[in-house]
Amino acid sequence: MEAYFDNAATTSVFPEVGEIMRKVMEQDYGNPSSRHTKGMEAEQYLKKAAEILAGTLKCQPKEIIFTSGGTESNNLALLGAAAANPRAGKHIVTTRIEHPSVHEPLAYLEQQGYDVTYLPVDKNGRVKVRDVEDALRDDTVLVSVMYVNNEVGSVEPICEIGRMLRRKNEGVLFHVDAIQAYGKYKIQPKKLGVSLLSVSGHKIHAPKGTGFLYVADGVKIKPILFGGGQQGGVRSGTENVPGIAGLGEAARKIYQDLEQKREKLYSLKNQFIQAMQTLPGVTVNAVEGIALEETAPHIISVSFEGIKSEVMLHALAQEGVYVSSGSACSTHHPELSGTLKAIGVADSLLDSTLRFSMSFLTGQEQVQEAVAAVEKVLPVLRRFTKH
Amino acid sequence: MYQAFLLKYAEIGIKGKNRYKFENALCEQVRRHLERIDGSFRVVREQGRIFVEAEEDFDLEDAVEAMGRVFGVSSISPVTVIEDKEWDSLTKAVGDFVEEQYRDRTFSFKVKCRRSDKGYPYTSPEVCVEMGSYLLGRFPGLSVDVHSPDVFIWVEVREKAYVYSKVYRGAGGMPLGTNGKAMLLLSGGIDSPVAGYMIAKRGVFVDAVYFHAPPYTSERAKQKVVDLANQISRYTGPIRLHVVNFTEIQMYIYEQCPHEELTIIMRRYMMRIAQHIAEESGCLGLVTGESIGQVASQTMQSLAATNDVCELPVYRPLIAFDKQEIVDVAEKIGTYETSIQPYEDCCTIFVAKHPVTKPVLSVIRRSEEKLAEKIGDMVTEALETREIIEIDG
Repeated sequence: MEAYFDNAATTSVFPEVGEIMRKVMEQDYGNPSSRHTKGMEAEQYLKKAAEILAGTLKCQPKEIIFTSGGTESNNLALLGAAAANPRAGKHIVTTRIEHPSVHEPLAYLEQQGYDVTYLPVDKNGRVKVRDVEDALRDDTVLVSVMYVNNEVGSVEPICEIGRMLRRKNEGVLFHVDAIQAYGKYKIQPKKLGVSLLSVSGHKIHAPKGTGFLYVADGVKIKPILFGGGQQGGVRSGTENVPGIAGLGEAARKIYQDLEQKREKLYSLKNQFIQAMQTLPGVTVNAVEGIALEETAPHIISVSFEGIKSEVMLHALAQEGVYVSSGSACSTHHPELSGTLKAIGVADSLLDSTLRFSMSFLTGQEQVQEAVAAVEKVLPVLRRFTKH
Repeated sequence: MYQAFLLKYAEIGIKGKNRYKFENALCEQVRRHLERIDGSFRVVREQGRIFVEAEEDFDLEDAVEAMGRVFGVSSISPVTVIEDKEWDSLTKAVGDFVEEQYRDRTFSFKVKCRRSDKGYPYTSPEVCVEMGSYLLGRFPGLSVDVHSPDVFIWVEVREKAYVYSKVYRGAGGMPLGTNGKAMLLLSGGIDSPVAGYMIAKRGVFVDAVYFHAPPYTSERAKQKVVDLANQISRYTGPIRLHVVNFTEIQMYIYEQCPHEELTIIMRRYMMRIAQHIAEESGCLGLVTGESIGQVASQTMQSLAATNDVCELPVYRPLIAFDKQEIVDVAEKIGTYETSIQPYEDCCTIFVAKHPVTKPVLSVIRRSEEKLAEKIGDMVTEALETREIIEIDG
């Protein structure tokens, strides 16, 4: 039996996605920049994918820049926007719980003389719109807030932040890391007032090494990769045609009947949380006092008192249940999870937290299996807890 | 003219009538290591040394590196073979050799000669003098220094003639297969792979046993041990790696015995199990990476307590090494980077805060009596369910 609960780390590739990729790799393998028919055939896949992706965001195909994945999308958005708007100011606003692929480029910008404000979040992992507004300065060039947090599944008030920024009408760019949100929510950047939006392919059953950055028409960014001038010069490099074709197909599939699929996920999440909350010394993080629908449908963060997350993780793997540890082993990684700390998880639980994450392929049985596995290993591991 | 290598060995020169066995073992190991690089080589024994003749193109660095890993070889010299050893052609060939090997020809040198062809018209001292003056004439920048020259130019006159000047250090030690087989207790740490390397250096074949404690140790920790075994097998040759699931035993000890004695008692069971597998596999001893005083379980009292359960000799090649000395060897043999990957001790549950550093044997034995009920079956189970991984080397 196998129950894969690590979909926030990566997902399996949909069979249809694999098929189309194989076809592109073996038959329609041309370089989209080549002038001959083979090149044109390849280019068609890019166009088609861009159309599908644009359709899911209700934007124009030309606003889609294909990248190698979430990390590149975030880097391109932040470094590219900063470089393209040097006179707009040197202040950036973000939160304390962003992914390293946002925090690290920002740290780099700090070295380059930028000033970055890192906003706190509440116990459910949400930033206050008011705090964002208060942090804005005359020289603020960019606000970067994630849509869904990857560790605890909190959903940030993107719509409200976008509205607030539009109301102020100061031309501040708004970047949203939507890597854990795309394919779970209908996202319309135009409506939300989002200028840049990062997406990764392998979180939505497309292959690793794929993703895109939405760049709103009129927003200027500078490239971070230089070369043959593909994609309007914003992102040089021969396009990953099979990957992009796969990404388009995955997006098409995942957005079919999205509402129903999401409801199913919430019901599974609810079941799982209920089961966890009956167990002694077990806490579900970032769901306190809010409706389940205010959290992401697929991510559940659970702390198990007195148990090292890594041991628990291996014990669950033995039962065929695959999860992530909220943070790695503290002896070797002194920097425990920033998100867990930021939402106020007790120090003693930082190294005792696991993330269970689902996808639309997760079913009732798997949830039951995961619950059964937790119930089985918990007392065994607790017997050997260091007191 | 063509390329060959002259390999010298030190210790096996003194092994009397068994000498040919050692030399054959050495030739076999040289062949085994050369098989893995591009090119085709002929390995022949000749009067107390080994000649390796290259039969096609090869990469010099790769070849020297490959032969540099063969235990028993004390030095490696790339030599040029001169088939026509008639004096005029010999001097020209040696001159060409100097020209080819040294771009900057402003060094001091001394010619050394060995002559086994006693019919050759020049004696060794004559070859040295005449060759020296020929080279001085041909390369004006050279000078002779008979006491401490920059370069020794060796000329050997045998059936053919040979010239060489560069000498690379070999791995030393004795050829594998000349001293039986031992069972290495391999962990993912820095020390035990080095211990395995060192015992193999004395001509000992190595098998290994690893104690796996899922879920307290991860699959990655096990993979790390497999990687380490692969790395040392470049020196030690094929290794049969036994992976023993130790979780049940560990938990049973944890429940039954005083926690400060955990490590000692665990190690005693590891030794017992390793010894059992060693005897089954025809090993003549156990090998550990222990070094006196490094940790609580390696004080002399602790070592005595673990040693107590062993009937086979336990070899501890690192016993008097400092940590840094061990690290230096680990870096040299390429295991250090793997050893320091952090998968190993993520789970410190089974390590007591204050382990005994001076265990008293009678006390430990008494504690072990509490395990009497189940431990026999558990050990049998662990032995029966062990996984065997063949590391090719």
